[in-house]
Amino acid sequence: MDSLRLHSCGPALLPFRVPRAVPRPRTSITVTNAVKEIFMPALSSTMTEGKIVSWLKSPGDKISKGESVVVVESDKADMDVESFNDGILGSIVTEEGGTANVGEAIAFIAETEAELEEAKAKAGSNGAAPAPAPAAQAAVPAEAPQAAAAPAPAPAATATAPPPPAPSAPAPAAPPAAAPVKRSDGRVIATPYAKKLAQQLKVDLASLAGSGPAGRITASDVEAASNGAAGGNGAAPAAAPAASQVQQAAKPAGSAQPPQRAPPAPTAAPGSVPEGAPTTVSELKGRTEPFTSMQAAIAKNMIQSLKVPEFRVSYTITTGKLDALSKKLKPKGVTMTALLAKAAGTALAKHEVVNAACTPDGQGITYNDHINVAVAVSMPDGGLITPVLKDAHSTDIYQLSRSWSDLVKRSRVKQLKPDEYNSGTFTISNLGMFGADTFDAILQPGTGAILAVGGSKPTVTADDQGRICVLKQMTCNLTCDHRIMSGVAAAEFMQTFKAIIEDPDQLTF
Amino acid sequence: MLNAQRTQLGQLSAQSAWCTLPHQTCPRKTQQSRPQAWRSSLGLIQPRWQQAQCVLLTKASRPAAHRRELRLQTAAHSYDYDLIIIGCGVGGHGAALHAVECGLKVAVLEGHDVGGTCVNRGCVPSKALLAASGRVRDMKNAMHLKSLGIKVAGNVEFDRQSIADHANQLASSIKGNLARSLEALGVDMLVGAAKLAGPHSVKYGLPGRVDVGGEITGQDIMIATGSVPFVPPGIPIDGKTVFTSDHALKMDWLPKWIAIIGSGYIGLEFSDVYTALGSEVTFVEAMPDLMPGFDKEIARMAQRLLINPRSIDWHTNVFATKVIPGEPGVKPVIIELTDAKTKQVVDSLEVDACLVATGRAPYTQGLGLSAIGAAPDRRGFVPVNDYMQVLDEKNKVVPHVYCIGDANGKFMLAHAASAQGISAVENMCGRPHVLDHLSVPAAAFTHPEVSFVGHTEEAAREAAQKGGFADKLAVTKTSFKANSKALAEKEGEGLAKMMYRKDTGEILGVHIIGLHAADLIHEASNAMSTKQTVQDLKFSVHTHPTLSEVLDELIKTSHVDPPAQKRPEPKVLDPKLKDLQPLPA
Repeated sequence: MDSLRLHSCGPALLPFRVPRAVPRPRTSITVTNAVKEIFMPALSSTMTEGKIVSWLKSPGDKISKGESVVVVESDKADMDVESFNDGILGSIVTEEGGTANVGEAIAFIAETEAELEEAKAKAGSNGAAPAPAPAAQAAVPAEAPQAAAAPAPAPAATATAPPPPAPSAPAPAAPPAAAPVKRSDGRVIATPYAKKLAQQLKVDLASLAGSGPAGRITASDVEAASNGAAGGNGAAPAAAPAASQVQQAAKPAGSAQPPQRAPPAPTAAPGSVPEGAPTTVSELKGRTEPFTSMQAAIAKNMIQSLKVPEFRVSYTITTGKLDALSKKLKPKGVTMTALLAKAAGTALAKHEVVNAACTPDGQGITYNDHINVAVAVSMPDGGLITPVLKDAHSTDIYQLSRSWSDLVKRSRVKQLKPDEYNSGTFTISNLGMFGADTFDAILQPGTGAILAVGGSKPTVTADDQGRICVLKQMTCNLTCDHRIMSGVAAAEFMQTFKAIIEDPDQLTF
Repeated sequence: MLNAQRTQLGQLSAQSAWCTLPHQTCPRKTQQSRPQAWRSSLGLIQPRWQQAQCVLLTKASRPAAHRRELRLQTAAHSYDYDLIIIGCGVGGHGAALHAVECGLKVAVLEGHDVGGTCVNRGCVPSKALLAASGRVRDMKNAMHLKSLGIKVAGNVEFDRQSIADHANQLASSIKGNLARSLEALGVDMLVGAAKLAGPHSVKYGLPGRVDVGGEITGQDIMIATGSVPFVPPGIPIDGKTVFTSDHALKMDWLPKWIAIIGSGYIGLEFSDVYTALGSEVTFVEAMPDLMPGFDKEIARMAQRLLINPRSIDWHTNVFATKVIPGEPGVKPVIIELTDAKTKQVVDSLEVDACLVATGRAPYTQGLGLSAIGAAPDRRGFVPVNDYMQVLDEKNKVVPHVYCIGDANGKFMLAHAASAQGISAVENMCGRPHVLDHLSVPAAAFTHPEVSFVGHTEEAAREAAQKGGFADKLAVTKTSFKANSKALAEKEGEGLAKMMYRKDTGEILGVHIIGLHAADLIHEASNAMSTKQTVQDLKFSVHTHPTLSEVLDELIKTSHVDPPAQKRPEPKVLDPKLKDLQPLPA
């Protein structure tokens, strides 16, 4: 079977960009990037998600570059996937049998033993189970970049997802009538299916009393405990992975906080769902469907953005010359998106701070080596993705246009490599084609600014000489992270951007 | 009887000549000298050999007459039979059929059930259980059915007793068929447990019965007594909560949780049955990995398909050193687990039942091997050479006594026994034959099935290393996901792999896990037994779309180094095409 080496690991892909060569020596933060991710590779042109067949290595095992680490099942075959790095397998995010979208982190590799703990922490398990349930886990580190922060009208709610499959029970033993009794000798005797279920539902078997013969824990005991319906006996209600567990009875808010690694919750979380309590689908009115993984990732990023103090600067820009240029170059395959990205890139080259990002810990600024302009694209299924035009300032407009059409084509069929949608340093969201006058974009985590481009339309205005005239104009609204830049920095960038758009000939060089 | 002994004495002088030949000269290596050698050694038994020839010649035209003639000639030799077969399992049956085909007068002795283990307590009834439980599994697999557009309303229910009855009825009907097939050919079926009385003489009888039994003589004797389940020491079988496959096949009850000691074929098949019917299973395996003996990659896939998704857990590297039977519904079975290396008790299980599937032991006790100067080995197997001739304690051939099947332990499978029986009959008739055990296929009838023939990848690498062709060993693989028919069935889970030599195209082994793997293996095993190469098979056509294309894919994806020889002239089959110009080279 083919062995593929498709992981793209490394700093460029880390969702929260970590500083590399920090240009300002006074910044004393050092965040290591020694913990690498293993991403779910795209093994075929049609593959959107992959199932982990088996891990050939266990956490703690040494891995050398080129060594097979995991067997992944695609829609076509099972393939051994090799590591791109030397190191130690720190933790596994997606367990055997689990599914992850292409580009999601499925494990973390630590470069040295010292970083092992960090790798484990990255997997988000707070010391409990070394392998947390995939559904809850995958979103933590990996999906962040996939969801664009752009507020394009993502009809997220209309995306359809199949209802989660109920855990298929191979006919567990009928619930015995006997009241559960804990064994006097303290041993935990659980049936194979009960053990499996306990691992899936994160139920601590030691805390359960078994209702089977001689205090044996059966599958139904585990299910009962997981449903919070376990009577007395101090059975710990277990946190079920929200996506896979349709709960019968909602736990009252605030009761028995499950040991989950919930992100520090912002106080005004939308929907005001009590943290930790899984959404009870049956509680809600109308048609409720659980998030797809992409929707979940978007939601997560949006909440993340609430931690960022944002401000906005808006400019009205005349587009007459840009329209003319666009019309002229259209036969040569140049698109408006490429022109805007090139303009933004050119402006960014002059305003380093707008291309920078605040470090995840909020203690420093990362100045990016590359100017990678991400442009939000809505997916046919309502999702959002931000293909990246790399080095937009230094790539010529024709090449940029070709790259763009290729990226868009592949993004619609979900064939982008992680590096092609999560390496953006600045984002553009364009709703001009929908006729939006002006709108407000939400910052994508890991970037410092996002530009919302409105529609260009003939407007009655006054020209330089004060004469009333009709010019084609659009409103561009820049959302910025105030931790790293001031209003002046943003305004200066917008001035440059405006100047380029209004005199766009330089874009063709 | 006197006659028999005299003949025996008469033959002793020639014994060395007879016995040294077959196992010291490999027929394949000494192609030229062989006929001469055989002829001279056959001097003693030539009358019968000639008789077999003449019978074969006249058989087609006068079948009844030939049998009469045969009996007359046999009587002249003073033996009751040409061949006495002890044991009527699949091996004895296959041997008897072939012996009749070769014109021999045959008696078969059976002390228990005609059909032996396979038909009564093995492969056959277990297939009935697997068929029924497999359906239950299919019908309960709502996700799979849904993907085919099928919905089963309500619960899938089954009646344990009816499934058990199906297995029993199947066994008795096959048993009847087997007995009738031999009777119809004129084979004498004698009831009784046999005891060797001498090189040409067998006593038989049933304990406590004076009306059954006697003594018969034969030119050749074939031991085909088979095997019984092997139970390690420390495990008391009560037949109720602690049992072997013999009892499990009766399926008197369905334990909710059963420990299976041993994860070979038998254990694996039973786990398939039990989990399909809702029981939970714990494997206890002494080896470091489950399914020892399987190709590693196949075992990995089997683990993924047959173990992980099911209600099965396991303990490896442990022996079940002590088992205390329980009482169904009252007291659990307690199984003490001892680490295979440290010999420390590491754990104990409390389960509802315990199936001991730790392999099989030869059934050779009371056979009286000492009467012919032979003795079973430490484990009870009857030592034989490649020609299935029994060896005595000094490793010398015991003339006219053969042993086939589980009793010799060479390859403990029903069809292997049958093949050995046929091979032994060939040798008796003066046509030296050695069964190539590497071309004997094997299968586990799980869902999906697992099958193989020849070397595992690991064994092939070892053989290649030893044989000095390590750089010529190649492995090709294909997934059932690439097969249209498998996809149509939504059964794309599966893998087939083939080990072969890049230089000669020789097939060294084929392993399959996937839908109908047990049926698919025969293209490979037949190719191996007839020494067909990968190049030969490349031109075979497979119906599309069928699962057989899985093998086709293996063959097509194999790459044999181009031969040095010139391209052969194309054969023109159609005379009308003769005038056509040959294709440019």
